[in-house]
Amino acid sequence: MYAPPTETENLGNRKSRNTGCDNGESLRPSHTPTGCGNSYSAGYCSFILSAKASAGRLDGKMREKTLTMDTLNPQVKAVEYAVRGPIVIKAGEIERYLEEGGTKPFSEVIKANIGDAHAMGQQPITFLRQVVALCTFPELMDSPSFPEDAKWRARRILQGCGGHSLGSYSASPGVECIRKDIAAYIEQRDEGVPSDWENIYLTTGASDGIMTILRLLVSGKDSSRTGVMIPIPQYPLYSAAISEMDAVQVNYYLDEDNCWALDINELHRAHQAAKQHCQPRVICIINPGNPTGQVQSKKCIEEVLHFAYEENLFVMSDEVYQDNVYAPDCQFHSFKKVLYEMGPEYFSSVELVSFHSTSKGYTGECGFRGGYMEVINMDPEVKAQLVKLLSVRLCPPLAGQAAMDVIVNPPQPEEHTFKQFHQEKSSVLGALAEKAKLTEQILNAVPGIKCNPVQGAMYAFPRIFIPPKAVEEAKALGMQPDMLYCLRLLEETGICVVPGSGFGQKDRTYHFRMTILPSIEKLNVLLGKVRDFHIRFLKEYSGLE
Amino acid sequence: SWSWDRTSWQTYATNLSAFPAAQSEHLQQKMSENGALPLRGKVLTLDTMNANVKKVDYAVRGPIVQRAVQIEKELKEGVKKPFEEVIKANIGDAHAMGQRPITFFRQVMALCTYPQLLDDNKFPEDAKNRARRILQSCGGNSIGAYTTSQGIDCVRHDVANYIQRRDGGIPSDPDNIYLTTGASDGIVTILKLLTTGEGRTRTGVMISIPQYPLYSASIAELGAVQINYYLNEEKCWSLDISELQRSLQAAREHCNPCVLCIINPGNPTGQVQSRQCIEDVIRFAAKENLFLMADEVYQDNVYAEGCAFHSFKKVLFEMGPEYSSKVELASFHSTSKCYMGECGFRGGYMEVMNMDPEVKAQLTKLVSVRLCPPAPGQALMDLVVNSPQPGEPSYQTFMKERTAVLSALAEKAKLTEEILNTVPGISCNPVQGAMYSFPRITLPERSINEAKAKGQAPDMFYCMKLLEETGICLVPGSGFGQREGTYHFRMTILPPTDKLKIMLNKLKEFHQKFTQQYS
Repeated sequence: MYAPPTETENLGNRKSRNTGCDNGESLRPSHTPTGCGNSYSAGYCSFILSAKASAGRLDGKMREKTLTMDTLNPQVKAVEYAVRGPIVIKAGEIERYLEEGGTKPFSEVIKANIGDAHAMGQQPITFLRQVVALCTFPELMDSPSFPEDAKWRARRILQGCGGHSLGSYSASPGVECIRKDIAAYIEQRDEGVPSDWENIYLTTGASDGIMTILRLLVSGKDSSRTGVMIPIPQYPLYSAAISEMDAVQVNYYLDEDNCWALDINELHRAHQAAKQHCQPRVICIINPGNPTGQVQSKKCIEEVLHFAYEENLFVMSDEVYQDNVYAPDCQFHSFKKVLYEMGPEYFSSVELVSFHSTSKGYTGECGFRGGYMEVINMDPEVKAQLVKLLSVRLCPPLAGQAAMDVIVNPPQPEEHTFKQFHQEKSSVLGALAEKAKLTEQILNAVPGIKCNPVQGAMYAFPRIFIPPKAVEEAKALGMQPDMLYCLRLLEETGICVVPGSGFGQKDRTYHFRMTILPSIEKLNVLLGKVRDFHIRFLKEYSGLE
Repeated sequence: SWSWDRTSWQTYATNLSAFPAAQSEHLQQKMSENGALPLRGKVLTLDTMNANVKKVDYAVRGPIVQRAVQIEKELKEGVKKPFEEVIKANIGDAHAMGQRPITFFRQVMALCTYPQLLDDNKFPEDAKNRARRILQSCGGNSIGAYTTSQGIDCVRHDVANYIQRRDGGIPSDPDNIYLTTGASDGIVTILKLLTTGEGRTRTGVMISIPQYPLYSASIAELGAVQINYYLNEEKCWSLDISELQRSLQAAREHCNPCVLCIINPGNPTGQVQSRQCIEDVIRFAAKENLFLMADEVYQDNVYAEGCAFHSFKKVLFEMGPEYSSKVELASFHSTSKCYMGECGFRGGYMEVMNMDPEVKAQLTKLVSVRLCPPAPGQALMDLVVNSPQPGEPSYQTFMKERTAVLSALAEKAKLTEEILNTVPGISCNPVQGAMYSFPRITLPERSINEAKAKGQAPDMFYCMKLLEETGICLVPGSGFGQREGTYHFRMTILPPTDKLKIMLNKLKEFHQKFTQQYS
């Protein structure tokens, strides 16, 4: 049922595609980038400037640069991160062009490339911002316009900070009382499964935690080099981190025909195949799935944990979308709870790290870079090494830690901020559920687009049919076919989505990822535009026009 | 490499289930010590983990600080000690030492966090204007949106303007500015770009000794080669070009030196580099084809008369196009030091000059994987580079607060030097800048032997004893590097003056007692 992937199917990190400046003709700027005011312009400036630089070298007088593409760390070169890749750079360019009065067939760029709720107009949760504002400017404690529940929490957080200031460094694993709140939250979420606060480490967003744990795990040379099993499609932080650390990426494919479910046979296949050339030591799971939106069943999690147990794998479970479950027949099960329920044989031995963040859920506080990880069954000596490693970066941002604390310690029914808090939370999650359904329905009505239900998380990852003529044209341009598709979509409609090739997909299948975060109105317009574009694209390349 | 048979495992598991989960780890350890049961091995152990991580050392938060935290807990639990509180003089953490935040900064931060406050008439207009401006350049006007990976556009512009003003008009391009998660993040990122090669071609990184251990830690983690150049303690920790030359020559035997790191004002050594010295360093870097990294996070912390901060960039440009168009330079700044001491916000920026444009695109790509630096830290950085101006309502209060912090620091720098130099066996260079003194201590032979017998560096032994007896937490010189046979410690000068005096006197007493005891 699963064909072993060929070399070309490994659409992860190993080959340099579409990175930075080698992304083909169509991405060159249409106007001179001298003003370079935009952060995404670096890639573009490089075309012009590198021409200057090499001209400079020709005259024989110029001192060679110390740091060039030839002397650059090759692992850095291999890194790819599609979510902020060439298509997003292009979107930034177009945005600037529009601002400067240029005309396009649309009036604004809609950045559906990233799960950035506030940028899409979602309002912050009032209570969270009140607490963080109080922590930031404690003079506000005297203000009658702030509720007591918020003040109480802010005081408690400040008491845990050096000099009672958010401006002091915290302990490297995080503020102690916040770690304790997180442990209490996990225990409650997992219906009593014990959580030890000393296993909790605050992080700078979940990405930071994931990188740190991978860094500990990567070792060995050649066939003993650490292999990291990741789902395909995956969130490209994983492939990027694996490239940066020069670990071996081991792909296991999610089953698109089965709602992107994880099949244990596929894990076995991938593991067996990988053992030939590396030492698979880690399995990464994203649940609910990014970009694929599936929610894992309890049985499936049990199977994964049993597999990890049998094959001696370290488990990393990325659970940042734990509050984002929309499908009525789905429920979030934490890996930790399932591990516990499998009995002490498992609960006392399987090494598990799970990750959470302030960026997703109903808060969407990405800018604060808050997050935590819980580390279970880690060798105590390794844990000491982890603490040491974290200490080099001193500490995660305190404002992010404070935001994390509010998420794990929200208003309770007896508190008088509860009603407003609960209302704001349900309104965000209710709208997301509606948008998940809407996206699936509208996309599935388009011929040549097929979209699995968005059971959870914040994205749809529909499969798109791309006519052979378009595939050929893309290849002639040295581009992935879905990159061509997404670039055309961007140029013609202003909609920025990320091509499936940035996440990995089975050979000869094409997808894109779009967030479901825009407001319902805007999402309706967006999906309508995608539909019209797709039909036009099909016609154009099927020679029907 | 590991194996177990099903029956014995099941027996173990049955036994285990009789215990609460929390105890199982102890049980597992006990049973494996007995050798009774071959257990499922851990995937991640000291033997299997990343060897580079194991080599990382970071003394500023090392064993001595862990012990300090433990002692604090013991005190809380009512354990009797010869002191009432632990003074953590190990780290430059101003607010933890009681320094108050700059009011204006926190007002703007609160406004950005909770924009409903924009209607509150208690907040001054200039704070509101700044908050509005920052929010306008955030996605959805919220500090909770991701920013571009390089940092918020208007913040990068403000940083560039600030640099241009600071450097007397030498142009700064916002496109060369990258916001970072504290300066550490920027330093590690640039080192990551630079590390390449194998064996004799492996990247060598020249760092000062004594150094701030972020450098040695990052070098170890990246598997680069550390090249030490020694600062001249006899000449007030100044940097000597002939020493740079010596260390470079020696390193070329076994690696490929291509980076030179400078910390100015110095951490832990507190010297402020002269303009001449910076010029010499730049000339040296140009001649030897070295990438320059200038750690300038203490740029506002200059206390000694006759000393001034000169940015590497300014000096580079004043040396003419022969240098200014060639030498690759990254300079780092942060919200954590100077007069604001906002460490917890993890704000910072770096400016890169003469970086190969293709490499710059790679840098932008690399930082995009981490999405963005924390937006509150970026906002705070903006305020540091765009502080209240004469005529604005907050100007006076701001200047008063800023001056108070900086003049107190100058006073404490002087005080520390003076008191320490009255102690026989302690000799302390002037603290010209930054936030630390790094005095040399003479240790009796007998204490050195005792330390060695314990497998401890002699100054670690000294600092541990100091902590146990007085509650003062310092970092031993061995954590920063020092010439062999010399011993030092680093202490911050941040505690309030009265507390600092008490601390220095305790230190004096301890040192005398220690010397007596081991002589």
